[in-house]
Amino acid sequence: MYLTIIWAFLIAFAVAAYVVMDGFDLGIGILFPFFRVGKERDAAMNTIAPVWDGNETWLVLGGGGLLAAFPLAYAIILPALYAPLTAMLLGLVFRGVAFEFRWRDERHRQLWDAGFCAGSLVATVAQGITLGALIQGIDVNGRAYGGGWWDWLTLFSLLTAASLVIGYALLGAAWLVWKTEGEVHRDARRLATRLLPALLAAIGLVSLATPFVEPQYYQRWFEWPGLLVTVPMPVLVLAAAALARHGLRRGHDAGPFLWSLALFGLTLAGLAISIWPDVIPGRVTIWQAAAPRESQIFMLVGAAVLIPVILAYTAWSYWVFRGKVGEHGYH
Amino acid sequence: MEETALLLARAQFAFTVSFHFIFPAFSIGLASYLAVLEGLWLATGKPVFIHLFRYWLKIFAIAFAMGVVSGIVMSYQFGTNWSVFSDRAGPIIGPLMAYEVLTAFFLEAGFLGVMLFGMEKVGKKLHFAATLMVALGTFISAFWILSVNSWMHTPTGWALNDQGQFVPAAGWWTIIFNPSFPYRLMHTVTAAYLTTALVVGGVGAWHLLSGRKTVPEVRVMFSMAMWMAALVAPLQIVLGDRHGLNTLEHQPAKVMAMEGHYDDYPDGAPLILLGQPLPSQERTAVLLQIPKLSSLILEHDLNAPVRGLKSIPPEDRPPAAIIFWSFRIMVGLGFLMFGLGLWSLLARLRGRLYDWSWLHRLALVMGPAGFVAVIAGWVTTEVGRQPWVIYGLLRTRDAVSPIAAPAVGGSLIAFVIVYFSVFAAGTYYIVRLMARPPQAGESAEPDAPIRTAGITPAPGLRRDGEGG
Repeated sequence: MYLTIIWAFLIAFAVAAYVVMDGFDLGIGILFPFFRVGKERDAAMNTIAPVWDGNETWLVLGGGGLLAAFPLAYAIILPALYAPLTAMLLGLVFRGVAFEFRWRDERHRQLWDAGFCAGSLVATVAQGITLGALIQGIDVNGRAYGGGWWDWLTLFSLLTAASLVIGYALLGAAWLVWKTEGEVHRDARRLATRLLPALLAAIGLVSLATPFVEPQYYQRWFEWPGLLVTVPMPVLVLAAAALARHGLRRGHDAGPFLWSLALFGLTLAGLAISIWPDVIPGRVTIWQAAAPRESQIFMLVGAAVLIPVILAYTAWSYWVFRGKVGEHGYH
Repeated sequence: MEETALLLARAQFAFTVSFHFIFPAFSIGLASYLAVLEGLWLATGKPVFIHLFRYWLKIFAIAFAMGVVSGIVMSYQFGTNWSVFSDRAGPIIGPLMAYEVLTAFFLEAGFLGVMLFGMEKVGKKLHFAATLMVALGTFISAFWILSVNSWMHTPTGWALNDQGQFVPAAGWWTIIFNPSFPYRLMHTVTAAYLTTALVVGGVGAWHLLSGRKTVPEVRVMFSMAMWMAALVAPLQIVLGDRHGLNTLEHQPAKVMAMEGHYDDYPDGAPLILLGQPLPSQERTAVLLQIPKLSSLILEHDLNAPVRGLKSIPPEDRPPAAIIFWSFRIMVGLGFLMFGLGLWSLLARLRGRLYDWSWLHRLALVMGPAGFVAVIAGWVTTEVGRQPWVIYGLLRTRDAVSPIAAPAVGGSLIAFVIVYFSVFAAGTYYIVRLMARPPQAGESAEPDAPIRTAGITPAPGLRRDGEGG
């Protein structure tokens, strides 16, 4: 019982860690065309080159952890999202190899840069669609996916996809504000200033649409005790956005990024509250999908020891590459 | 239609896993080689080792990136295409794969950044520690994923629950160390080391043949690689034999297919060297065979009875024609590697290691042989597991996702196009780096990339890269 709840939190943590860590480097990919060829792009790339691989590993933990802790959910959700997930994986191929390939082939650097951008964009859109499809509900038949092959494609899932693109782009821009200087820093700040209100609008639209795609959310949000969260949430979102904007105006380095992360944190918390304790909203609860006790305990021992260790050496790696990356590498 | 969808899903998994396997087969060995080079540099202070380290690190970075992105695909494909398998085996294989992520993937990824770009930032010793962590991570990764794979071949320690799931029933030790795992782990990891040694040897041979016999880096890499080939190839043959005997014990049908035996041989089975299994006729057309040798190899007794595929119901037989040939390719290449190692010992004895052109030509040709052998061996064991996904318990056809053929066909085409274009480009970049000799660019400023205090791989590498 408790084990299942702990595992639900751990998987949620892995997904959140992924969004927080890979979000900004996917965002840099999305924004790549806005940076000038040459020093600006090189600097943007160099801010994430040492860490992108570790960031993406959280995606593997999210997927692998879901298989291990909630195998039934894994077996239903992944086939339901066959096309977008395949697109995401292929997008990640392009953006992953671009980190190495673009330096190896000056003549085709534009091509790999395009692959980096397109791959990042496709992966983000696919993740946004996945989010939307999950929220709007997945048809289940017995222990398998029971819907059609295009069920994931709706106006709502396109809205969540567009929102995630804006959100990751904001994280990417805010990260560059923090980690760079000179022209790329100024460009990033200008982009972040524009993306911030766009993200607010996107959050607003998704929030307005969500209660109407599935009645469960309407009840959750507008009945006691859900109101306890529904009422302060917009206030908190606006406050985080205001602080991010303040940081951008005043030329703060870390503030805009950290407050943008806070925005993401709030939306993720809202999502969690909306679907808890389901793993497939309205269809499958975490209890129904949970792996047996022996599997949960075995993994929990490892997770309890290893996740803190992982966080420690990940933090160390970020610490090693701290500070601003100029157009000439780290200073 | 369902048959087509199944076939396409199998083709997609075979394609993506085979492509993926190429990169770890190289990076497992190369990570260890890099750790040895850096360790030797720290211990002896000889610049030749750090030059070689830098030279192979650039190649490692590309191979590793391709391994990462093709590996992420695998971790999702269990669910997208094999959802019934995921649901039913998830409680057992899921935790093992989660341990792979937690103990291996994060370790590799977390220290890779420091390994690639951090020498300046953290100093030599911490950098060496990072290199060791990456090398250790590649090995731990092999440990877990091969444990999962071995459990699918020799499932132990399971019970069925009410939902039809395989759940742990006899402790995790029994599951992790299932009967085929120790053999498979040893054989596969050794294969990775041998593959890397052959690549390094091939590159060294290329530069020796190109008239760079006096370049110390070239001599050292060729000599190290030939020592590996001479020592590890015979070891690998022994390990392969042990693994084969283990397979005979647990998956006799696979060995029958490898041998091309359809009939029972009550008083000694021949070793068919060349032939063609004809499953529809339940016989193997034999071109060349040695009487009784198969019994000697399998049972260590010339007259031991050996059973054939006819003793197995047709619906439980693996496709013999593929396995028969993939096995012969693997074994044939293994003995060629052994021969290369022996020749290098002879050359050493005669003091001609660096100027025996025919040895270098063979080493060059054998450069990619490890990859071919690894894939052939993988095909042998995995095709040999058919028609089961979990041996004897769950058929492959019953494990597939309910996805229609057009969807699987579409994704397969997309994977083929993307993999061939992207990984062909990556391979081209690697080969281009290999064609360039280890040179002054690697030695000019041992600890300082070209840019001021830069960690960027780019400028330094670019300058080096253009040299070739």
